[in-house]
Amino acid sequence: MGFNLACYFSLFAVIVLVLVPFVGAAAGWHVIFGIVIPYLAGFIFLAGLIYRIVKWARTPVPYRIPTTCGQNRSLPWIRRSLRDKLENPENTIHVIGRMALEVLFFRSLFRNLRTELRPWREYPEGGRLLYWSTKWLWIGAIAFHYSFLVVLSRHLKFFTEPVPFFVPFVESVDSFFQIYVPAVYMSGIVLLAALIYLLVRRIADPKLHYLSLAADYFPLFLILGIGISGVLMRYFFKVDIVAVKQLAVALVTFHPTVPEGIGVIFYIHLFLVSTLLAYFPSSKLVHMAGIFFSMTRNMAGNNRAIRHINPWEYPVRVFSYMDQENMFRKQMKAAGIPLEKDTEE
Amino acid sequence: MADEGNKVVDALRETGFFKPKKMYDGGKVIVGIIILFALVAFPFLYNVGKAAKAPEPEIDTPAIKKLSKAERVCVEPRPYMKVNHMKLLTDWRDQVVRQAKRDYVGFTKKTYTMSLQNTCLECHSNYDNFCNRCHTYSGITPHCWTCHVNKPKEWAAGKLKEEK
Ligand code: HEC
Ligand code: HEC
Ligand code: HEC
Ligand code: HEM
Repeated sequence: MGFNLACYFSLFAVIVLVLVPFVGAAAGWHVIFGIVIPYLAGFIFLAGLIYRIVKWARTPVPYRIPTTCGQNRSLPWIRRSLRDKLENPENTIHVIGRMALEVLFFRSLFRNLRTELRPWREYPEGGRLLYWSTKWLWIGAIAFHYSFLVVLSRHLKFFTEPVPFFVPFVESVDSFFQIYVPAVYMSGIVLLAALIYLLVRRIADPKLHYLSLAADYFPLFLILGIGISGVLMRYFFKVDIVAVKQLAVALVTFHPTVPEGIGVIFYIHLFLVSTLLAYFPSSKLVHMAGIFFSMTRNMAGNNRAIRHINPWEYPVRVFSYMDQENMFRKQMKAAGIPLEKDTEE
Repeated sequence: MADEGNKVVDALRETGFFKPKKMYDGGKVIVGIIILFALVAFPFLYNVGKAAKAPEPEIDTPAIKKLSKAERVCVEPRPYMKVNHMKLLTDWRDQVVRQAKRDYVGFTKKTYTMSLQNTCLECHSNYDNFCNRCHTYSGITPHCWTCHVNKPKEWAAGKLKEEK
């Protein structure tokens, strides 16, 4: 266990990001923190993501990458189960199936293995190399992503008037246990717990700690900051929710106004969210779009059935034997090498 | 070695590798971008052409009208009530249920009986046009009304028996 510079740096950066709106909103710059920065961040988010996507889509992929973990389609009498089709898809429908499992259930992560040398009685001179399945990262990731999705979908209540039918439904399921007033949302708690696990994992495991960069810690601290400020705002330092909704609806109807009397904690929450949005396209978080461009996942393994042409360069420039003979005829003749065409030109 | 590397890069440049002209699988990518755009734009599109009107809770109930102009205030100051009424309510509940205290001194030194139905909803007897105006606007459904009654007068008169 230990902190390193990257970790300190990220924590420090998020603390500064909390202080900026704290000072700014206290100084009365509500228009900047409530309107200008959110619009700017939203624009950077969308434009940046589209830029990234177009750039990826224009990058040629030279060849198909077959996955070997399932039976490829071959002779008709070789049985292929549904699992084989999803592991080693032969057409677009199967690819969509594989992609859906990946996006919705993080299947690759589910197969996460741990490799470790363990002391073993039968191997007294060394350890025995063991592989076993570890699901902790998968559980943490699933918990984080799904709770984030639920929190985000509940936030629609601030941006829509009237509130769409599914939001109250999600809310009532999320506050099922009816603990405390305002009722505690499970997703908010799960979000924070999962984030803390993902952070502690990086700090406590020496191997991971060594591998982790500021770009890994910063998003975790940032989203943790968003979650903590949100939870504080909901349960402890109340803000005027009706005014917050007026601000949010004004933003999405392009009639921006800042109602009076929203607490500073709201501006901290909103500024951290704006930072996240603006940072998103240039960070590792852009895997949200990138997963769909993951070549080992999005290509059918039909190399043996369909001819694929490398888009870099076609027709391929070749240097045939005749080209070589034409180029070096004189020298070859001098060396006494037999020639196909013995012309003297 | 560096030269070799440069040669490879040059050769790649010649093939146009660094100057991609079009999107591969453009159709699918554009569908993806449209989905992304639709998700981001949902709140924008959903509200198109709607005026953002703040809810106006009505405070013209008979009980409030009976009060003199100077007395026409809530238990606590209005800005506090707006933001913290749910905290106050749980505070009242805890005092009543756990400490058997029923008297609360408001900010005007007036004493109120701590009761959701008999105090709050005595003055604010227009639940639908007061509490619910804000709650519907903010997408909130307090779960109190499975046990408490939000229209005590109608309930007492037996008008609400059929309703949930
Ligand atoms: C004595 C009558 C009375 C009682 C009892 C009372 N209120 Fe009020 N309430 C008022 C009046 C009058 C106002 C408007 C205050 C003003 O304009 O300053 C008000 C305002 C409010 C507001 C703010 C509305 C807005 O639009 O800003 C809320 C919320 C509220 N009351 C909730 C409650 C709750 C919850 C209770 C029970 C704990 C309660 N009230 C008890 C008379 C009462
Ligand atoms: C000014 C608008 C407004 C008025 C008027 C109002 N409320 Fe609220 N109420 C809110 C908002 C906004 C919340 C949600 C606060 C939050 O989630 O932080 C809320 C939350 C609550 C909650 C907690 C809900 C939960 O999630 O557990 C209760 C209980 C409640 N209100 C009761 C009342 C009662 C009773 C009245 C009428 C006497 C009333 N409110 C009038 C705006 C209002
Ligand atoms: C499971 C049923 C139940 C639910 C749900 C419930 N209460 Fe109560 N509440 C009670 C009972 C029982 C009492 C005790 C009544 C008494 O002794 O006068 C009480 C008492 C109270 C009191 C004090 C006494 C009075 O007359 O009002 C308040 C205030 C109160 N509840 C507020 C709330 C609020 C706010 C909610 C919603 C967030 C809520 N309650 C939800 C059952 C419930
Ligand atoms: C990345 C996006 C966001 C995340 C992850 C996030 C997270 C959270 C969390 C975890 C809470 C605690 C309560 C709950 O569980 O719902 C919360 C509350 C809150 N958030 Fe956000 N938030 C985000 C964006 C926003 C935006 C854009 C706004 C601007 C309107 C906003 C306004 C609020 C408010 C007003 C509360 C208090 C809710 C209440 O009292 O009911 N959030 N947020």
